[in-house]
Amino acid sequence: MSSHDFILGSYAPAPESTDHFSLKKSYDLFIGGKWIKAATQFETINPATDEVIATVGLAGKREVNLAVKAARKAYDSVWSKMPAAERGKYLFRIARLLQERAREFAVVESMDGGKPIRESRDIDIPLAAAHFFYHAGWADKLAYAFPGARPTPVGVVGQVIPWNFPLLMAAWKIAPALACGNTVVLKPAETTPLTALKLAELFEDAGLPAGVVNIVTGAGETGQTLVEHPDVDKVAFTGSTAVGKAIRRSLAGTGKRFTLELGGKAANIVFEDAAINEAVEGIVNGIFFNQGHVCCAGSRLFVQESVADKVIRKLQKRMETLIVGDPLDKNTDIGAINSPEQLARIKALVNAGEQEGACLWQPEGTLPCKGNWFKPTLFTGCAQSHRIVQEEIFGPVLAIQTFRTPQEAITKANNTPYGLSGGVWTDKGSKIFKMTTSLNAGVVWANTFNKFDPASPFGGYKESGMGREGGLQGLSAYCNLEL
Amino acid sequence: MSALRLAVTMLDVTTLEGADSVGKVRQMCAKAMQPLLGDPGVGPAAAVCVYPRMVKVAAKAVAGSSVLVTAVATQFPSGQMRLKERLTEVRYAVGEGADEIDMVISRGQFLQGEYRAIYDEVAACKEACGTAHLKVILETGELTTYDNVRYASDLAMAAGADFIKTSTGKVQPAATLPVTLVMLQAIADFYERTGGMVGMKPAGGISNAKLALQYLVMVKEVLGEKWLTNKYFRFGASSLTNDLLMQIRKQETGRYQSGDYFTQD
Amino acid sequence: MKIPKTYKLFIGGKFPRTESGRILEIRDAQGQLIANTARASRKDFRESVVAARKAAGGWADATAYLKGQIFYRIAEVLQGRRAQFVEELSGQGVEDAGADVDAAIDLLVHYAGWSDKFQALFSSVNPVASSHFNFSAPSPTGVVGVIAPSAPGLAGLVSALAPVIVGGNSCVALSTLSAISFAEVLATSDVPAGVVNLLTGDRAELIPEFAKHMDVNALLLCSDDSADQRLAELEAAENLKRVSVQADGVLVPSPYHILDFQEVKTTWHPVGV
Repeated sequence: MSSHDFILGSYAPAPESTDHFSLKKSYDLFIGGKWIKAATQFETINPATDEVIATVGLAGKREVNLAVKAARKAYDSVWSKMPAAERGKYLFRIARLLQERAREFAVVESMDGGKPIRESRDIDIPLAAAHFFYHAGWADKLAYAFPGARPTPVGVVGQVIPWNFPLLMAAWKIAPALACGNTVVLKPAETTPLTALKLAELFEDAGLPAGVVNIVTGAGETGQTLVEHPDVDKVAFTGSTAVGKAIRRSLAGTGKRFTLELGGKAANIVFEDAAINEAVEGIVNGIFFNQGHVCCAGSRLFVQESVADKVIRKLQKRMETLIVGDPLDKNTDIGAINSPEQLARIKALVNAGEQEGACLWQPEGTLPCKGNWFKPTLFTGCAQSHRIVQEEIFGPVLAIQTFRTPQEAITKANNTPYGLSGGVWTDKGSKIFKMTTSLNAGVVWANTFNKFDPASPFGGYKESGMGREGGLQGLSAYCNLEL
Repeated sequence: MSALRLAVTMLDVTTLEGADSVGKVRQMCAKAMQPLLGDPGVGPAAAVCVYPRMVKVAAKAVAGSSVLVTAVATQFPSGQMRLKERLTEVRYAVGEGADEIDMVISRGQFLQGEYRAIYDEVAACKEACGTAHLKVILETGELTTYDNVRYASDLAMAAGADFIKTSTGKVQPAATLPVTLVMLQAIADFYERTGGMVGMKPAGGISNAKLALQYLVMVKEVLGEKWLTNKYFRFGASSLTNDLLMQIRKQETGRYQSGDYFTQD
Repeated sequence: MKIPKTYKLFIGGKFPRTESGRILEIRDAQGQLIANTARASRKDFRESVVAARKAAGGWADATAYLKGQIFYRIAEVLQGRRAQFVEELSGQGVEDAGADVDAAIDLLVHYAGWSDKFQALFSSVNPVASSHFNFSAPSPTGVVGVIAPSAPGLAGLVSALAPVIVGGNSCVALSTLSAISFAEVLATSDVPAGVVNLLTGDRAELIPEFAKHMDVNALLLCSDDSADQRLAELEAAENLKRVSVQADGVLVPSPYHILDFQEVKTTWHPVGV
């Protein structure tokens, strides 16, 4: 893959090396500790180059059934009987193996999904390892997490994850499930199956008993089959609000436990007494990190009117330095859009924004013709009623509105069916706490943004989902409690 | 590679020791003019930086080359003296042949909240410099907070600084990437407000080429290409020189280098 | 012909001899010399406290994640040296040395898992009646003196040390003669120098020194001797050291042993514009 096709700013290319490992041409499904052939395969594409990286199995009803059976068998005969501290030791091993092969996983993640190598290397993979590490420690300590109640495992959990943080989402789901004594069937996203399959290689290396984790690759149908399977005790889903609601409907009356981590339209609020340069960095991080493919992205900027011009000018200046380019080049700030479908969705909403009268701005420059790309974009002159302000775009597009008072910011920020996250920028302590206590969002960042840690619970209010992942609070999703 | 060569031309090769002698200064100047043995295309350094007593010696040693003479003055490094004598020192150094003066602000007065005094002393030094350029050392390691560094930067630029500089090199911590970022942001905002371009010099703590390149990237990202010349950016360093040269050689030959092959002065 | 090990103290990440030049012999059942271990003096203890104090700030500031990683690393290294310790401990009369070492490893893994969790258990946001954001959280007490359980073996020492250290304190511990080699594991496991200092010596001589030192913030005394207890608490009163007395045996793993060496800090901040 030659880098001269890509925009690199004026820095010399700094390509990440990819020659120290190899990928298979085709991957099977990982069921019951074995690699099982599916009836058909489908391709996974590198969104930066349009090249096929590998083919993976398409799990149908038969294979999903096998996987759930394997998970049930592993639960009944091995995992539920194993002393908790030993369960924890498997998770410690997996964490260590992931740390050892971190670079390989980072490169594959960037190739399969399009995100810049700096992000997969410095954020996704280390956080994934940290999630395994963190939850390893809980396995034998659950009694302390639920004072006055006795926690027991739920059983077999079915988990469906999205394409924006493929390995990290797999870690967020698998680690707590296993720590709490459950077994897992996981369906990775259609466009990003590879790092989950490589994770299965780590399970093998760690000696994880067969069937404790099963990976079934496929598309929407595979996920639906898994979610609706009668022998799955709990469902965990991260993805769009629309699909989340569909899942909720299909689970109605079944008694199945579930958690949903869905979309968001976070308000990032900048006050006049914020450290302005730092706030601009926070805005950029908030919406352009991972190409804006982030459920908790700061996609609505609320800037206090008295500093709006200054902030927007600095923001534009900063956006002009962002490098859209080869995800595997270390200079790249913004990688490829994950798929042609997602690119089309972004374009459609951006068109709507212009149609509705908002004012679009993008930095100069051309994008490569091969692959899926979108420039960092902002809209000024937005109104609450615009589609680009109401709907989740899931791309590098920022909608900007102004406000005059804290109360106005709170009202507008909360005026949405979503409630996943929010940001506040001010140097005044009491104002920080006023804002953080008033915003209806599950995660609020003050003078920072997009910070994640396995010890910190994550999840949304309202239509952004139900339940929390990470931290003490994230454990209850994977335990039944005897009161 | 070009960034490494650029960095060499941005060096203010420095000796500020109690033990500095005529011999020491002359040898350092020779190195500043011809940093890399056998490769006249590398360098020369931007300037040599010495105490006022050594300015005449340095000026004579670099005469005929493009290397400038910078003198520290104003009771470097502490600045703890009456303004009158500190200005006399500036005029003396300029008279001896200094092209640039690196002054220190009175950190004690700054921390006492006497901000007007800081403005006044910078303005007075600028006047005493005459045609010489003024770099203002903030001594960020003593100011300690980013807010203080930002405010001191703004004061210095408003009072006429040509350059703002992080440190004397006599106090830890000296230059760091975050402190430099704060100062670069101050310069960017000053340029936006007034159109005036102020230079920046991180000093102390930049011991290797890789770190120096990170500073250059930061300058490019915050201020842009216009600042990437020794007219607007300098490194205050001593051990950085040879690491830059070793990296240049390594890029050319593919081999990691040994200190034996590079002159120490 | 085998080379017998010289047993020294472990202070500030290094292995010095005792400045006093005194020894405590270990002989086997047949009376054959196994080793002359160091008999630490009050000056050795004093130097250890200096080292511990120097290391305390950095260790307290280290992230919980890092501390957990280091603990897991200690377990890895100990696991790798299992055979060495089984041989050494068996030679010193420890009954089931294999089980003892395995227990020590499991304790390390267990406490590795507490490093980033006990805070969630022992912190709170407090619903005060005024418009304030009010939160309480534990923070390490500082330098802790540890008189480890007196039975031979690793598990006792590890069970006493681990909760103290994982909570962010540094410590000086009086180890049994059998467990002093644990210092080799600590020295090769990325534990910053001075966080753990290990001494061997005479309990009767050193317990008062541990209790008297004005720059030690807390004391963990594993003893069934009520006279020891009384003496320690009396001397500790001079600087109000926190004193935790435990039975002279392997401590059960528990986050409450961590909490014993934490201070709770409560912070208030107004909420409002």
